[in-house]
Amino acid sequence: MNTTFDVLVIGSGITGCATARALSRYETSVLVLDRGSDLAEGATKANSGIVHAGYDAVPGTKKALYNVRGANMYEALAGELGVPYRRCGALVLAFDDADRKTIEELKTRGETNGVTGLEILDRDSLLKLEPNLNPEVVAALWVPTSAIVSPYEMAFALADDAALNGVQFRFDEEVLSVTRDPDGCFTVRTDRETWRCRALVNCSGSSGADLHNQLSARKLTMIHRRGQYYLLDRAMKQPFDRTVFQCPSAMGKGVLVSPTVHGNLLLGPTAEDIDDPLDTATTASGLSDILKKAARTWAGLTTRTNITNFSGVRAHLTTDDFVVGPCEDCPGYFEAIGIESPGLSSAPAIGLDLAEMIAGYLTVSRKEAIVPYPVPPVPFHDMTEEQRAQAVSADPAYGNIICRCEVVTEAEIRRAIRRPVGARSVDGVKRRTRAGMGRCQGGFCLPRVAAIISEETGIPLKEVTKNGGKSYLLSDTVDVFLKGGHDHE
Amino acid sequence: MNDRFVDILIIGAGPAGLAAAISAKENGIDSLLVLEREKDAGGILRQCIHNGFGLHRFKEELTGPEYAQRDIDKAAELGIEIECSTTVLSVSPDHTVTCVSSSRGLQVIHAKAIVLAMGCRERPRGALCTPGTRCAGIYSAGTAQRFVNLEGLMPGKRVVILGSGDIGLIMARRMTLQGAKVLACVELMPYSSGLNRNIVQCLQDYDIPLYLSHTVTDIRGRERLEGVTVSEVDEKRNPIPGTEIEFDCDTLLLSCGLIPENELSLGAGVEISPATSGAVVNESFETSVPGIFACGNVLHVHDLVDHVSNESFKAGAAAAAYVRNGTRRGSVIAVRDGEGVRGTVPQQIRSDTDQPVDLMFRPSAVFRNSSVVVESGAQELIRKKAMIFTPGEMALVTLRPEMLKNIGSDSITVRIERN
Repeated sequence: MNTTFDVLVIGSGITGCATARALSRYETSVLVLDRGSDLAEGATKANSGIVHAGYDAVPGTKKALYNVRGANMYEALAGELGVPYRRCGALVLAFDDADRKTIEELKTRGETNGVTGLEILDRDSLLKLEPNLNPEVVAALWVPTSAIVSPYEMAFALADDAALNGVQFRFDEEVLSVTRDPDGCFTVRTDRETWRCRALVNCSGSSGADLHNQLSARKLTMIHRRGQYYLLDRAMKQPFDRTVFQCPSAMGKGVLVSPTVHGNLLLGPTAEDIDDPLDTATTASGLSDILKKAARTWAGLTTRTNITNFSGVRAHLTTDDFVVGPCEDCPGYFEAIGIESPGLSSAPAIGLDLAEMIAGYLTVSRKEAIVPYPVPPVPFHDMTEEQRAQAVSADPAYGNIICRCEVVTEAEIRRAIRRPVGARSVDGVKRRTRAGMGRCQGGFCLPRVAAIISEETGIPLKEVTKNGGKSYLLSDTVDVFLKGGHDHE
Repeated sequence: MNDRFVDILIIGAGPAGLAAAISAKENGIDSLLVLEREKDAGGILRQCIHNGFGLHRFKEELTGPEYAQRDIDKAAELGIEIECSTTVLSVSPDHTVTCVSSSRGLQVIHAKAIVLAMGCRERPRGALCTPGTRCAGIYSAGTAQRFVNLEGLMPGKRVVILGSGDIGLIMARRMTLQGAKVLACVELMPYSSGLNRNIVQCLQDYDIPLYLSHTVTDIRGRERLEGVTVSEVDEKRNPIPGTEIEFDCDTLLLSCGLIPENELSLGAGVEISPATSGAVVNESFETSVPGIFACGNVLHVHDLVDHVSNESFKAGAAAAAYVRNGTRRGSVIAVRDGEGVRGTVPQQIRSDTDQPVDLMFRPSAVFRNSSVVVESGAQELIRKKAMIFTPGEMALVTLRPEMLKNIGSDSITVRIERN
């Protein structure tokens, strides 16, 4: 196996995937490594899914710059890659005079950053727009360009596009050390392999500062800030059509209530600083905190239709801004560190910039032809009756409904596994198809999805995992078990 | 895509759908179709390999598959068409049903009457809002039962069961017999929601402790489950600090209630009762949409399959009568839940009914030495004593048609009164 690449990208979250795709447009060999078992396993899979307009970031910061540029790219990008995206607009609520001052500052700040259409709405027009808002609201900032997107589906599409254009991806591989060699190349040691590359890109999310500190004398300090969420069923009529924020604080943008692109309702996040960036547990206090705060936005709050709780960990730098670009004291090493909110919004612009800088460093030219991204089929769930009839007659696997809550077919599950960077686990299938995302949480489809994964990938059923690693679904067969000789130890 | 026309379409070939189909056929309907999403008929009984089914109906102790097979054989003998591996996508108020299968593609079926018999699903972890990690090893009891009994695969070896519903209790015994260690069965309420016989035969006989008024308050494990914390709860069901018990386990099974699966019913415009999460029906099991009937666990969650079959025979006969005669109009008596009573079915009775009407409900708590009282205003229609009522077992009282003739109100109330 070739262990030398022009560019090695560490991390396959939204930033790594956007960078990989942008790099795939150049005459250069690219490898992406991730310690997770799939794409988007870190903060990308567990955030609010908001493409922020850019009113929040302090003018002149990298956050402000990339947020506005990235957000402006989203609509076209989502259209091109067939990723769910909706410009639903957002409201930032004010409940008193201090809040009112804050939203006015945000408006000014947004205008300085180049955000258009910002408006302060009074209580009456606000309640007309969103009748389920807490009537104690006094005013709000209306942000028409705020949008929602499916963050992990965006990462999957970016990665597939990159893979179609030659980028290689490897998972379950943890980077142990990185060094810059006397010849100016890098040696990257992982738990499975030693790689060499001419340019190294750090898109490693919560490991960003650790990796940086191995290569640079200018140390960075990262804080791992967890955010917990509630996700409510899409079967219910959602109380809000727009993303509703409260006034931001030093810890972040506060608790939001927002529809998702799939029609669910999201409540959260909390903001707790934790030691272990992989600790994505939810806590009783965190969950009750969300309800307390979300009730201020949504007076009629109910979690009767809750589907799941989850949490993600933001990579917050003590400098409170993104680090993007070449490292000053380590030529050939490029980085995107501290990509917390508005990181999802910024990722497409960060990816483009990094790729251009790296191409310049390596003096490689753009490819003459790129493999176009195939238009993904409409999900069966969203098809018209005619489209459904056609789909089943073309491929009978469309007639086999595997996930009944979300109406996901066998054909779609097989396609998810066969994608260029395909699903290998039950959660991988879930995020690519929504099988198991519904109200029964996989109670019905889990055995069926596991069986299809086993069939498609050739791994025995008892080796199929929920989410890679040792997250095995099953211990062993009943026969082996009865003889006491079980399992994965 | 060809449209099909049938007299009665039945959605689901579990015990409810099979009984409704048999009964409709025996009541003279020949144009009959049953749709089933699984590859075989029988519903959840296919994976219930324990015995105890059919004591009332057959006076025998059958396993789930044996019980189902009797109805499957009967349906075959009657020439009833069951289309398996077919999922219904929508039901409209005008009785148009869209369904899909690999072999027949997308079909549109128009039926004079529809019987909803889709059964129920298990309440998942998300609905409980239990904090902790989201690792592998957490299953609803029914999913685990499917793995063990239908696929021959064991989910894990050290098991805690949250909830004491019947499937959870059955799985406690099943996992034990198969070589796993069941450490505890944890129930939020001060009483079990399962049948008493299952508590005795599935927990006590195997020395599995039942923790009443306890719940799981934390879940640990990054990849696979490593342990759970169990805490005692107060009267308001809030965990009491200091009562935590740690269990090292690789499997957590959830048996925390069943929810009638009514997404299709909602699409058809059927009114749903908040008390049962099933359709509001009259004594003919006809829903708020004329010609659409509901029976079995999609209507209300039963304790015994015998009751499901019994109810569904009536629903099938009523659907047949509807096909012949249309909806019978009559003045309607509302049935209300009183003290100690939850989710009485049917919710409405037409006063001119000439058949006895079974009123079925769940007691809302445990009542000893009490009586079910059915009354209309000041008029007492029924008073029936029992040693004990528990939420795990359905209570049933039968109204005779003559009781309804002279009542002085447009409603009757069912309640439990302590003696």
